[in-house]
Amino acid sequence: VELTDDDVREILRIVAETPLAELSIETAGFTLYVRRGDASAPAAASPPAAAETNGLVTIEAPMLGTFYRAEGPGRAPFVEVGATVEPDTTVCIIEVMKMMNSIPAGVAGTIEEVCEENAQLVEYGQPLFRVRPA
Amino acid sequence: MRRVFVANRGEIALRIIRACRELGLETVIGTSEADRDSLPARGADRAVCIGPGPAAQSYLRADLVVQAALGTGCDAIHPGYGFLAESPQLARMAREHGLVFVGPPSEVMELTGDKLRAREEAAGAGLPVLRGREVDTAGAALALADELGYPVLVKAAGGGGGRGIKLARDGTELEAVVGLARSEAGAAFGDDRVYLEHFIAAARHVEVQIAADTSGATVHLGERDCSVQRRYQKVVEEAPAPALPEATRAALTEAGVALARAVGYRNLGTVEFVLDATTGEFFFLEVNCRIQVEHPVTEAVTGRDLVALQLRIAEGEPLGFSQDDVAFHGHAIECRLNAEDVTHDFRPTPGTLSRFSVPDLPGLRVDTHCHPGAVVPPYYDSLLAKLIAHGRDRDAAIDVLLQALEEIEVDGVATNRSLLTSVLEHPDFRGAEMTTGWLERAAV
Repeated sequence: VELTDDDVREILRIVAETPLAELSIETAGFTLYVRRGDASAPAAASPPAAAETNGLVTIEAPMLGTFYRAEGPGRAPFVEVGATVEPDTTVCIIEVMKMMNSIPAGVAGTIEEVCEENAQLVEYGQPLFRVRPA
Repeated sequence: MRRVFVANRGEIALRIIRACRELGLETVIGTSEADRDSLPARGADRAVCIGPGPAAQSYLRADLVVQAALGTGCDAIHPGYGFLAESPQLARMAREHGLVFVGPPSEVMELTGDKLRAREEAAGAGLPVLRGREVDTAGAALALADELGYPVLVKAAGGGGGRGIKLARDGTELEAVVGLARSEAGAAFGDDRVYLEHFIAAARHVEVQIAADTSGATVHLGERDCSVQRRYQKVVEEAPAPALPEATRAALTEAGVALARAVGYRNLGTVEFVLDATTGEFFFLEVNCRIQVEHPVTEAVTGRDLVALQLRIAEGEPLGFSQDDVAFHGHAIECRLNAEDVTHDFRPTPGTLSRFSVPDLPGLRVDTHCHPGAVVPPYYDSLLAKLIAHGRDRDAAIDVLLQALEEIEVDGVATNRSLLTSVLEHPDFRGAEMTTGWLERAAV
């Protein structure tokens, strides 16, 4: 049996909808291991939102869109350099055609750098913040 | 128009970038993560990554495409072919945000995207359509099939481009197929309507290239024959259609123009017909609201840049030429080199191209995004390159293509090169005796 990319996504969808904690599938030439965890746990088959370099974890844009640091004009930014974040702390909003997507930090730690200017287009995978993990 | 967003990948993305450059337009391409290092990403003035590899999360997301186009200061979107090229939603969304959509109006796309409505429009415009109509139950299908005679084709109203078609040779098959076709069509196209059409056993696929400017001036740029197909997917295409009586050619191209006028078509499009090889009669099949994969054969014989024409029409420029100005020279043939394993049911063969080089031959044009070291991702269609030969006649074009296929070097992934060679060498192909069922009978 050959697993296609669609199969893997279908498996991940099923995993997401069931209370499974771990799943391991092995076929000839293919191994898939999925572990359910908190938001910081890496998700299989999609790039992690947080990538680690030099001891710092980078929060990458999980989608293309307009990067907003605050909930609205004139409002305080969700996070500044030095802020402490938990995995579920909202660090920014990415807007895609009027859809506002709250982006969680995905990691616990301290914001060391804000990589993008407010209201700029960010690409999929673009570094947004660097975090020193707790 | 100053900056064009290229909402596609592969060879057509490069083709659009080239046309833009010739018109002095800047380009921004939206790539998936898998195509970040691709030639189109490097060839555009700017590349933005719009999402992960799977097309459903990147190239098929109209919202991301429009957002990316707006965020990069583009004023137009060229959708290429496939992906969102015939998405009325993208066309509408683009226009709502002040972007030029390089294609027909969304209303025309909606009409022609509904293959049943398109049939009615064609019949209304005086075009011959195949006998058939919508059926909603197996019982209705069986009754209609008795009237039409077997075999019959079951087609999805939301299908097109060779997708959503099933053949039923008798009542038992038809009963089995109709329910399945309806549920598949519902799942694939979000529209479970299906219709039956009379099946022509010896059929040729002939299509007419049309162009209409914003004032409604409409011309045709001749026809193409795309009868060499496998599972309703084109493999070899050519212009002009060989062995076609001049009266039929004239009637076909007139029919194409008549339908374009009837539906208020704008920009470039293709009206597809099926031609009964036995009787010489032709019937309307569908309208394609996009640049076709096989457009280079028309470019070769007309000497016109069709992608540039799309962009100029989208900008509001008049056609600038009349039907009488359209002249045809020689014969052009295109074959599609795909990354697929012909020995294993044509399964796609993604991988890394360890070697890729195409020969430089007089009369040969190669449209490709491939290069040594390029990765063929598993997410998209398997087209590696289009080889297009233009010669003074059909035999000359065939000879150039055969030489090109012999000299092309591709290593790292399996390709259909041997199949293309055997098609072009086949006496039936030389004799222009291909029908849409020929390839699967003769060469596969």
